[in-house]
Amino acid sequence: MREVAVIGIGETKFGELWDKSFREIGIEAGLLAISDSKIKGEEIDALYIGNMSAGRFIDQEHIAPLVADYVGLAGQNLPATRIEGAGASGGLALSSAYMAVASEVHDIVVVGGAEKMTDVSEVYAQEILASTADQEWESVFGATFAGLHAMIAKRHMHEFGTTREQLGMVAVKNHKNGALNPNAQYRREMALEVVLRAPMVAEPLGLFDCAPLSDGAAALVLCPLDKAKEYTDNPVRIASCGQAGDFMALHDRRDICTMDATVVAGKKAFKYAGIGPSDINLAEVHDNYTISEILAIEDIGFFKKGEGGKATEEGKTALNSEISINSSGGLKARGQPVGATGVAQAVEVVRQLRGEAGDRQVKDARYGLTHNVGGTGASVIVHIFEGGV
Amino acid sequence: MAIPRFWREIPSRYNLIGTECGNCGKRYFPPRIICPQCHRKSFGKMKNVRFTGSGEIVTYSVIHNAPKAFEMQVPYIIAIIEFEEGVRATGQIIDCEVEDVKIGMKVSPAFRKIGEDGKSGVIYYGYKFKPA
Ligand SMILES: [Zn+2]
Repeated sequence: MREVAVIGIGETKFGELWDKSFREIGIEAGLLAISDSKIKGEEIDALYIGNMSAGRFIDQEHIAPLVADYVGLAGQNLPATRIEGAGASGGLALSSAYMAVASEVHDIVVVGGAEKMTDVSEVYAQEILASTADQEWESVFGATFAGLHAMIAKRHMHEFGTTREQLGMVAVKNHKNGALNPNAQYRREMALEVVLRAPMVAEPLGLFDCAPLSDGAAALVLCPLDKAKEYTDNPVRIASCGQAGDFMALHDRRDICTMDATVVAGKKAFKYAGIGPSDINLAEVHDNYTISEILAIEDIGFFKKGEGGKATEEGKTALNSEISINSSGGLKARGQPVGATGVAQAVEVVRQLRGEAGDRQVKDARYGLTHNVGGTGASVIVHIFEGGV
Repeated sequence: MAIPRFWREIPSRYNLIGTECGNCGKRYFPPRIICPQCHRKSFGKMKNVRFTGSGEIVTYSVIHNAPKAFEMQVPYIIAIIEFEEGVRATGQIIDCEVEDVKIGMKVSPAFRKIGEDGKSGVIYYGYKFKPA
């Protein structure tokens, strides 16, 4: 295994991009990352794209060669592969690319993540999200994707005294960060009262406890660390990746309040990187619902089990506090184009570690972590990045 | 969803048929072909067992935003039930006001219409749970 670096990042604005097609946003993010990295198109050895459900959202499968084609690389017979792992698709595309470079199969690889969710009705989009849980034994009985997360929240409140207000504070914090991110879907702060007064989606989760449906794409360029300085002055090293799985259905998990796949993926990533949770300065975690962020910060090991709500309330996860969680605004405010999420998380962490995050810059950041979840926790992928290398 | 997907699951959804591992004795619902604890030692040893479906609520939510097939039912209660045999399943709680549902509440199974498929028009049935 050789060391791998990120030498280029790019992302579209996230939101309801009605005037842009799937291939247009894929190209936009890809070209931004390629021009940021200063590589030439003919140097690219392979393309990996994270995408959850283009087949249902836009009636188009086989999207990896489609994007490669319209980026102008079909003529060089570029191998292009789509990776699917529900909400973790983007993170899994990154780990596939990372392993390809680390194992010396490829030198320069472009990783993309893209989803176009707003071409279909909201009700249908929610059904597509629910299909990442177990269709036969959860969704079929009326358990929506929000409903499954709401059941995690209800049990967490029951066992640990986590409050409705603490859940809401996750959304408030992430909107505050999102307001500082020019590419975020929601660039406005949101008061706690507004979150708490929002219509219920699945009790105890209201509308503003849920990340939005979004269009968007993000991309990265990877190369071997020892060649990175030929392209950029501040490469970011991928220190490690850890992936783990779990039972498909929430009701079959060991503990409803713990995402074991996060615990295991996190431990693997920390072990390979040779560091621990207290070494991390910033993390982009999978806050598709407010309760998801509370579980994530506990299960990665930033806070003790049951104390994620309290830590949020005490401001320990705010920008430039104990640990900056979701400086981009997270899925909640930056937006949630599902397959793009894991790649967009990496784009944010790399931007922060390069010191290019502007108003939301995390000070003295050396290590950053991304945490990307598929379904209600049946797939989790964690990456750790190091800047200043 | 295609029609065969409904009838294939009928034994479990109608009669709460799950499986028991002939090697370690652990029970599963819905049925499994391989015991996650015994792996190859369980090959060919998984036998069908019928569950009572009685148990208690581990967690729940009241759903307000529902998929098309459930729009007419909102608000409705969805829950994870732990059967007295130890296994867990997800299902709706019926004959219970949304403000009365609680974690730890005892429930028993009821056979009801679960939903219908808009495209094929198929109505499908299965278990829900009501306060015991
Ligand atoms: Zn067994």
